[in-house]
Amino acid sequence: MMDAAALLDVKDIVTLYGGRRPFLGKARPPVYAVDGVSLSLARGQALGLVGESGCGKTTLAKTILGLIRESEGTICLDGEVVSGMAPREARLSRRAIQYVHQDPGAALDPWWSVGHALDEALKIHGVTDRDERRARVDEMLEAVGLNPSFRSRYPHELSGGQQRRIGLARILVLRPQLVVLDEPTSGLDLSVQATVLGLLDGLRQRFGLTYLFVSHDLSVVRRMCERVAIMYLGRIVESGPVEEIFDRPRHPYTRALLSAIPRLEPGSLQDMPTLPGDPPSASMQKPGCAFQARCSLAAERCGNERPRLLNVGTEHIAACLRLDEIGALAGA
Amino acid sequence: MTSPQTTPRLDIRDLSVTVQTDEGEAKILDRASLKLMPGSIHGLVGESGCGKSTLMRAVLGILPKRGRASQGEILLDGRDLLKTSATELQSEVRGGQIGFIPQDPYQAFNPVFKVGTQLLETMRGKPAAQRDANIMSLLRSVQLPDPEHALDRYPHQFSGGQRQRLLIAAALVSTPSVVLADEPTTALDVTTQAQILKLLRGLAEARGLSMLFVTHDFGVVAQLCDTVTVMYAGQTVESGPVRQILTAPLHPYTRMLLACHPDRGTALAGIPGSVSSPLRPPSGCRFHPRCPSARPDCSAAVPPVTEPGDRHSVRCVLHAMGVAA
Repeated sequence: MMDAAALLDVKDIVTLYGGRRPFLGKARPPVYAVDGVSLSLARGQALGLVGESGCGKTTLAKTILGLIRESEGTICLDGEVVSGMAPREARLSRRAIQYVHQDPGAALDPWWSVGHALDEALKIHGVTDRDERRARVDEMLEAVGLNPSFRSRYPHELSGGQQRRIGLARILVLRPQLVVLDEPTSGLDLSVQATVLGLLDGLRQRFGLTYLFVSHDLSVVRRMCERVAIMYLGRIVESGPVEEIFDRPRHPYTRALLSAIPRLEPGSLQDMPTLPGDPPSASMQKPGCAFQARCSLAAERCGNERPRLLNVGTEHIAACLRLDEIGALAGA
Repeated sequence: MTSPQTTPRLDIRDLSVTVQTDEGEAKILDRASLKLMPGSIHGLVGESGCGKSTLMRAVLGILPKRGRASQGEILLDGRDLLKTSATELQSEVRGGQIGFIPQDPYQAFNPVFKVGTQLLETMRGKPAAQRDANIMSLLRSVQLPDPEHALDRYPHQFSGGQRQRLLIAAALVSTPSVVLADEPTTALDVTTQAQILKLLRGLAEARGLSMLFVTHDFGVVAQLCDTVTVMYAGQTVESGPVRQILTAPLHPYTRMLLACHPDRGTALAGIPGSVSSPLRPPSGCRFHPRCPSARPDCSAAVPPVTEPGDRHSVRCVLHAMGVAA
């Protein structure tokens, strides 16, 4: 699905880890951390990337950022191919993509005032005019809900929530087009999480940002994103519009993930089907569908044939060999 | 299910804990009360820093050096743990009547010792054959895959979910009647979390355990617990059966906290303001500076606990005066 208006278009990305032959040692096969992922993100859209720990979502995000080099595949940013370069060049050509850490506040230097930290980000990115830098910093402080007097404060004088705002401001002051948010709300209390999500949503609308929202929390993704992609062991197993995925999930893994979210309904634990086994390791690749070992609906052919992503609805794709049979089972 | 007239297994009454800091005395817990009925799972919900873990440490008698319980009582089967000597606490209560499941399965084990060594250590002094039989049956009951070989392996050879199962087994070694669980699923994926919650529920029913389950996730409470206590800044604000608290919360804080849940919230607002420092807590109800329905008398004194419903209690001026319906 090549989209003309796509800001980011990723095609068949493969990212390998390791695989080198140690001196006098036995050669070890590489680990396919990301194994043939394609996705496209339209300008202004928010895409949620969901999966258990170890499924490759952070590796994919870092590959898109250019921090890790892709082994195969192409990445197009705003119509230009930015893949296949050396890491340094790759990162430079992807300046329009910025990364927000899990805890952006923790990335602040305790010896630097807020103004200094924000100013330096602009300097590094080549804004030489002092007045312009000042104006942009003030504007951004205001956008994240802090007044310009915060310039002279130091990180230890700020609350956790304010630090997080400053961390966000430092990224957004660079005027990125695409922001990769890596688990922006994990470890936060619900009331703080709601505030952070509200802030992120407001900033997206105000600056027309595009979000790649990496999370393991489906309920957060549902609130924040228009589209969602579910990853399992380095591959996308299902993707589509958020409502579609939540109302009519097709892949057995997506269904298992959705049913595992603790809902605010008392005593629903007994009826909750649980997924057996543990999140898989990418170093143990077997032929066939990667999910077969934990799938309650796995058939014999799932062990031989690798499922491809097929259209199952409007912009809704899923990779499962038993899609038709499963659809009939659920009666959805 | 328990009948309302049975006496609680664990009864915490008006417990206050203060900690000496360099900047003065901090009142971490302010007249916190909680009842854990026999055979039930009781959730303790609140945001970080509200004193959930301090409450748990007070029960276990492992408060920080400069902390002390300044008021109240902790009754375990009628015996006040605050008046029990340290040696008795160590020999009978901790790892005896009370089992503890820690939060982070990645940090609870010593990486250089085998899992077996670490689990068996808790059973020192018992005959070897009995220890082995005991631990095997426990590992089976927590559904650890391949239990026969588990004891000879190192912690890093287990996944997070498996390590959490091992920790649950370790908590049950002494066949406790009360289990305290400190956010045991926070570090896990949702799918693994669901497995562990089911396991805990099953174990509690099979062994007749009373469990105090500390969490910040109301969703987990809804799934797992029978009753729940909500805490804010060291004060217990509301307590009652889970179904009632979820459908008809009485305290403004409980209402706002529930509204933040992704299943409920429509507007992404959060709760305005932030939790006050325990060094300089607001007088009276500690939630009043953030409370939309605050009145002048909220800051005058800590509101009394009222019991508007069956086993449903709330600490709020509005209910004490009968203002709110």
